[in-house]
Amino acid sequence: MTVNGMLEAAAADLAPGLLGGLAVRAPRGLVDEILVEVGLADRIAPLASAIGTLSAIGTLWVAWNGRGLASVGLGEDGPTAAAEHEARTGRRTLLADALPPELASAVSRRLAGDRHAPIELDLRGRTPFEVAVWRKALEIPFGEVRPYGWVAAEIGSPKAVRAVGTALGHNPVPLVVPCHRVVRTDGSIGNYSLGGPRNKRAILAAEGVDPEALEDAAHRGERLVGSDTTHIVCWPTCRHARRVTPQHRVSFRSLREAGARGYRPCKVCRPVAISTAA
Amino acid sequence: MDDPTLADALAHDLDAAFEPLVRAHAGRCFAIALRVLGDPRDAEEVAQDALVRAYRALAGYESARIRDLRLRPWLATIVVNLCRNRIRRGRAPTTPLDGLAEVGREPAAPTEHGPVAVAERAAEREQLAALLATLPERYRVPVVLRHVDDLSYAELAEVLGRPEGTLKAQVHRGIAMLRAAAAEAEPEEVMA
Repeated sequence: MTVNGMLEAAAADLAPGLLGGLAVRAPRGLVDEILVEVGLADRIAPLASAIGTLSAIGTLWVAWNGRGLASVGLGEDGPTAAAEHEARTGRRTLLADALPPELASAVSRRLAGDRHAPIELDLRGRTPFEVAVWRKALEIPFGEVRPYGWVAAEIGSPKAVRAVGTALGHNPVPLVVPCHRVVRTDGSIGNYSLGGPRNKRAILAAEGVDPEALEDAAHRGERLVGSDTTHIVCWPTCRHARRVTPQHRVSFRSLREAGARGYRPCKVCRPVAISTAA
Repeated sequence: MDDPTLADALAHDLDAAFEPLVRAHAGRCFAIALRVLGDPRDAEEVAQDALVRAYRALAGYESARIRDLRLRPWLATIVVNLCRNRIRRGRAPTTPLDGLAEVGREPAAPTEHGPVAVAERAAEREQLAALLATLPERYRVPVVLRHVDDLSYAELAEVLGRPEGTLKAQVHRGIAMLRAAAAEAEPEEVMA
């Protein structure tokens, strides 16, 4: 039918849809784009700019959707990483070449220690307790560590040390939420969801923490460090503790011991008494 | 799945039923936007935005309200409003013929499959699309909804908030303008 023929029929309104030839199929990818945007499907891509030292632990695969970042994990290759993410979330996971530039830059900044790099997280299905634990882990500065018991105390559940450990183990976005900065109360490094304790050591070392020295000191009974000039006591990796010169540095086994000797807890790292072993 | 069934499914489990909704309606959302705006990239953005907004709206609706939705006109309303916002923002609709030829490569209901017939249809689509883009928005939107998207006048009235009689007149006027423009473009065809 000619253009005029179609228009004539349309004019008579005899056969609506005569300009239906102008109806077109959705462009390829539109459906996926919509589903990803509302969070019913995810995309996954390798994090190209993982900072130097981190590349040693393997390729990091980052999954996201319109609600935010959904997971960070190690993977041999794209299809494997996508399949694992899909199995974990139940959402169709599409392989992408790269993260959207803004997200990539925010993640790189976060990994380099900028805790304020804005990254939305897709935390659907997570419990308020888990979210509280992860939020608290985010407050631990780059290059510092805190015990599980500190996290538990800070979120108002001082007895829930073990549950804190479990929640950190379930952290879907390791490195972005720095669960590697939470260590056992006895000073040992503890477990790590992103490929085990060896990676946790590597990541902490990349942040300038010496995990062996930390464990040795803990082994000798050092839980807290104070300065005999300020009489303030800190977690050993607190930036204020690290500033204390060796001749003024004092080790404590507990907050109680420090308190008995007249030391006040640091207002920045907020050491707490931890009774339950983690 | 027909629309009432789809609405039921959405009311019951939005996340499970939303993908079928997108698969059923993304194409027509895109087609409406393309024929109103003229630019395939703008149209794709509008279609995406419309369905994302639909999801967010549905997420906030009571299930009874979702069940009562007439999905076709409801989605068309969202698309038309987004198109209008774009036009109001001062970007005049453009009609790059390359783009239209490209996105129009798949006919919705082909009746003939020979290469000549396909090429002719493609040429006609281009010509029609170009003509449509010259119509004032007031006529273009109802013509697109009626004759590209196949909505009834009752549905048009729902989408555009104008009386059916007014819309009938606008559609007829729009088609008449298209015919005049087509006649000007190809006078010999009118004689035939």
